[in-house]
Amino acid sequence: MTLDLSLLPDGGTRWLDASGEHANVVLSTRIRLARNVEGFAFTGRARDGERLRVLAKLRDVVQHVPSLTNGVLLRVDEMPPGDRLLLHERHLVSKELAGLDAQHPVRSGAAVILSDQVGVMVNEEDHLRLQALRSGFELASAYAAVRQLDEELGGRVPFAYHQEFGFLTACPTNTGTGMRASVLIHLPGLVLTKEIGKVLAGLQQMGLTYRGLYGEGSEVVGNFFQISNQTTLGQAEEELLDKLVRVVRHVIEREEEARRVLLREAGYIIEDKLWRAFGTLRYARSLTFDEAMNYLSGVRLAVGLKLIHGLSVYTLNKLLIFSQSAHLAHSEGRALTESESNLVRARYVRQALASEAGSQG
Amino acid sequence: MLCDNCKERDAVVHLTQIVESAVTQLHLCEKCAAEKGVETTVAMPAHPLAGLLQSAQQQATSAQGDAVRCAFCSSTLRDFRASGRLGCAHCYGAFEASLRELLRRVHGNSRHAGRRYEPPRPDLLERDSTLGELRDRLRRAIESEQFELAADLRDRIRVLE
Repeated sequence: MTLDLSLLPDGGTRWLDASGEHANVVLSTRIRLARNVEGFAFTGRARDGERLRVLAKLRDVVQHVPSLTNGVLLRVDEMPPGDRLLLHERHLVSKELAGLDAQHPVRSGAAVILSDQVGVMVNEEDHLRLQALRSGFELASAYAAVRQLDEELGGRVPFAYHQEFGFLTACPTNTGTGMRASVLIHLPGLVLTKEIGKVLAGLQQMGLTYRGLYGEGSEVVGNFFQISNQTTLGQAEEELLDKLVRVVRHVIEREEEARRVLLREAGYIIEDKLWRAFGTLRYARSLTFDEAMNYLSGVRLAVGLKLIHGLSVYTLNKLLIFSQSAHLAHSEGRALTESESNLVRARYVRQALASEAGSQG
Repeated sequence: MLCDNCKERDAVVHLTQIVESAVTQLHLCEKCAAEKGVETTVAMPAHPLAGLLQSAQQQATSAQGDAVRCAFCSSTLRDFRASGRLGCAHCYGAFEASLRELLRRVHGNSRHAGRRYEPPRPDLLERDSTLGELRDRLRRAIESEQFELAADLRDRIRVLE
C-alpha cells in the first residue's frame, strides 16, 4: 500500500507555500530540539523492545499534548522503502529515521508524528526530535511553536536532563539545548560572483555551519545552503537564535548585493545564462535530478531579478520537491527506472512552466 | 586491547611482522606506533569526535581509562570512540570528566545556559502509565468482546482522567 499523503496536515507541504519572510531567497526555516526519555538507553544502544516502549510511552501521552492532538502518527518502520523516501524528500523525516542508508537500515519503533505546526521524530538518533518547519525566514515563529511543544511534552514525559550539561543527547555535539536551528537559503549570486567561499568561512568564525539541501552529510545542489548553529551548549536558545538571525540577514544582504553586481557588470551574460536555463527546463525531454536542480536555481534567480514574470516562488518550491524520484514514482503510481524518472521529471517540469510562464522572452 | 608496548593505551594499530619466517602480531597504540615510525594514517579514529575525545581524555584531570563502564547501559569510552554516540543518559555521569573536557572543546563551554527543566511529578507519570495500560486492556477487552470488563475499564479510565 502506498502512503496516503492527503492524511497529513496540508499534505506536509505548507512549508513550501512561500508565505514567510524573504521567501524568494530563504526556502525554509527548521528548528529541532533533541530530547531523550529518562530510563531508556539511547536509540542506537536500545534493544528493539526498548524502542517500542519509548514509542508506546509517547502514544500514551499524545492526547495530553495540545500541539500534537491533531497530528497523524506514521510508523516509519512498517513502511516500504519508497514511502520512507517520499517522506524524506518532503523534508518531513531525516535520512537516518527513514533508514535510507545501506549501513543504517530502518529501526524498529521508528515513527513520526506530524501535526499542524510541529512534528516529532521518534527513535531517530535521539528518542525524540521535536521540530518545526516553516516557509521562508521565520525563526521566531518556528521557535515559539517548538518551544511550546517542548514544554507540553516535557511535562508528560521525563526528559534526560543534567544540571550542568543540560539536555542529554546521544551525540555530544547536540548536548545542552539540543537545538539545531537552520535556514535553507538560495545563494546563486554569491556562487556566481565567487564570494561564497568568504561568506562560508565567515559563518564558521561566527560559530555557525552550513550543509547541503538534505542536512548533515549532504552535498550542496542547486546553490542551496543550510545555515545552522554549530554549537548547542553554553548559550541560551535565544542567544543562539539571535546570532543566526543577524548572520542570515547579513548573508541575504550580501546575496542581494551580489545580484546587483552581476546585473551591472555582466548583465547580458547572466541574462543569457538564465534564459538558457529556462529554455532547457521549458523544452527538455529528459532531465536528471541534478540538472533540474541547477536549472531551477537559474530560473529562481531570474524570477528574483524580475527577468521572468508570472512564475510564483510557490511553484518553484514545489518543482524542487515534486521533481525528486520518489515523488515522481508516487504521482505515476508505480516504480520508475532512472531513465523513466528523467523522462517523467522533464514532462512534469515542462508542464508546470508552460501553465504559469508560457512562452516568454 | 591494550598496547603491547606501553600497556596503557588502547591498541589501534595492528601489525603482522615477519622476521626470518617467524610471524608475530604486534598491537600498538597510536603514540607508540608513531614512535616506532609506523605509518598510522590507516588508524584514523573511527569517528571525528574520537580524536577530540582522545585528546580530551589526556587533558582531563582525572583521566578515565577505557575500562570504566556505564552501570546503566554497560557502554565504555571505547564504544563511544568507535561510534561517536553515547549509550544512554547515565554515560554522562560515568564518563563525566572526559565528557566535560570534550564538551568544552566542541562547544567552547560545558555549562548549559539554556532552558532549565524540571521533570514531571512522579504521580503524574504514574497516572499516565496506568492510563496507558488501562487503555490497552480496554482495547483488548473490546476486541475479545468482554463488554462487562470493558465497561468497568472505561469507568476507571474516566475517574483517572
